[in-house]
Amino acid sequence: MATINYDSELRRAGANATSGWRRLRFFAQRYVLGTVGLVIMVTFVLTALFADLICRYSPLTVDSAHALAPPGWQHWMGTDSFGRDVWARIIHGARISLAVGIGSTALGSSLGVVVGLTSGYLSGWVDLVFQRVTDILQALPLLVLALVMTAALGPSLPNVIIAIAIPLIPTVSRVIRANTLALRELPFVEAAKSIGMSEMRIALRHVLPNTLAPLIVLATAQLGSTILTEASLSFLGLGIPEPYPSWGRMLSESAAEYVRVAPWLVIFPGIAISLAVFGTNLFGDALRDILDPRQRG
Amino acid sequence: MFAYIVRRLALMLVTLIGISIVIFFLLRIVPGNIVDILFDAAGFVDPADKANLERELGIDQPLVLQYLHWIWGLLQGDLGYSYVSEKPALQEILPRIPITARLAALALLFSASIGIPLGVISAVHQGTKLDYILRVVSLSGLSLPSFWLGLLILMASVSLFGNIPIFNPNPKTLGEMFTTYCLPSMAVGFRSAALTMRITRSSMLEILRQDYIRTARAKGASEASVNFHHALKNAILPVITVVGIEAAFLIGGLIVTETVFNIPGVARFLVEAIRWRDYPIVQNLVMLIAVVVVFANFTVDMLYAVVDPRIRYAD
Repeated sequence: MATINYDSELRRAGANATSGWRRLRFFAQRYVLGTVGLVIMVTFVLTALFADLICRYSPLTVDSAHALAPPGWQHWMGTDSFGRDVWARIIHGARISLAVGIGSTALGSSLGVVVGLTSGYLSGWVDLVFQRVTDILQALPLLVLALVMTAALGPSLPNVIIAIAIPLIPTVSRVIRANTLALRELPFVEAAKSIGMSEMRIALRHVLPNTLAPLIVLATAQLGSTILTEASLSFLGLGIPEPYPSWGRMLSESAAEYVRVAPWLVIFPGIAISLAVFGTNLFGDALRDILDPRQRG
Repeated sequence: MFAYIVRRLALMLVTLIGISIVIFFLLRIVPGNIVDILFDAAGFVDPADKANLERELGIDQPLVLQYLHWIWGLLQGDLGYSYVSEKPALQEILPRIPITARLAALALLFSASIGIPLGVISAVHQGTKLDYILRVVSLSGLSLPSFWLGLLILMASVSLFGNIPIFNPNPKTLGEMFTTYCLPSMAVGFRSAALTMRITRSSMLEILRQDYIRTARAKGASEASVNFHHALKNAILPVITVVGIEAAFLIGGLIVTETVFNIPGVARFLVEAIRWRDYPIVQNLVMLIAVVVVFANFTVDMLYAVVDPRIRYAD
């Protein structure tokens, strides 16, 4: 199996990377924007994990006496029309975004890998059928397909994850298929065949690991778009149902009618979505530069 | 070339048939239909009335028959009736198309007129602070949800003019035209402007490294001539692909933006129809979107051969 030796790559780039910490520091200096993205992503993950410790209030507690309270010491980001603390809802909303983002990217990528690897490795009629199916899925914009899928499956967390994962399959499968087609002709696959390895073993042990770099790049790039799609679905009232504090739904509740009287209901959830997606995009860009230099912009 | 076009058209037909099957059956796997929704809202239900209504709407038939009935109607230009308004679906959909088309065209114009020049500037100044700022701006453009951008525009409008712009289907003044179409199209086009800028930048960077660019400089051509006449002309091909495909995929941004600005276009109508399980509207609108996407892809491929004479599709 052909592998990339990152240590020699680092030495060639002039890094005195003898320990893990030094390596990290080298990457941080070289990819400043990527590091900013990574910091945002880590903060986002930690926020989701320790949401209960970070907030004083429950995101679900209704307090009509303090409805639409502006940001202040008591409620840092104000309260919504039910008197629920916006800060608590945003912090807990990170869990939903993270669950949908990671869940649908992992599911869509895994299914895409299975389809792409099978299609590229087996060729023939299997490839033909898979290609037509991916053509069909790709002919509809992500949000449209996700909308129809959630309408069909019903609004719930697992269903939203599935609805966003399915439209991701074609993009991943196409990249994996193209890589598999190129790898299939390389000498190390020939060598594996000549020593009598089974096709399944060659595909899983030799071809699949070599498609991981583009897969990681693609999956990180898609993480941002899955978070955006979940927010859009929830904004349209077809995503995560109440009482879960989804960022998109928070904006939907507060849309046009609160623009005038409670702008904090519009500003803060929007910043949360944008920052999370911005972080994944920054990190994704840096990761692409590191793992796939051919695509470097 | 002719054989290539015929093959592509055949594949497009297969794709569209596939989409029609997927959409039709996907919408019907969920338990409950429009009759259930209507009768649930009404409270007590007489099963005979329910069965009558189902028969009237044709949803008591086997799914395969319903599908064939829909496709047969489509081929004859009959899209069925909306379950909600009881008007012909065609009559409901047609007047909404120009509104969405106008918004999409303006959004594309906005994205190309902002994205391409900024992409060129960013590439020409590669590695400078300006390039850095433009790259961060373009990434943030890809990160902002267009419905949030729309809401921010509404907020700005409230603080500047004291009110939220109301949609006017036939704007008479320039101001009305601006609030009705330009503001929403900017909210939709911002994301594709960012995408266009990124593609223009990376494509320009690749071209600027070519030998003929060095030759042009050696011959004493001005920077503007090198950048726009020699480089951009050759770098525009991937940009055309992105702009062409984005034209079809703008519908995602339009769905949320039309909802924010309360614009009665096709995109918002799709969401309303999905909420009401108005199958004739949903399936026909999704088919319309699929046709637009498939034809946009085809047009982009054909444009390739026109723009770049080196590309000829083999028969």
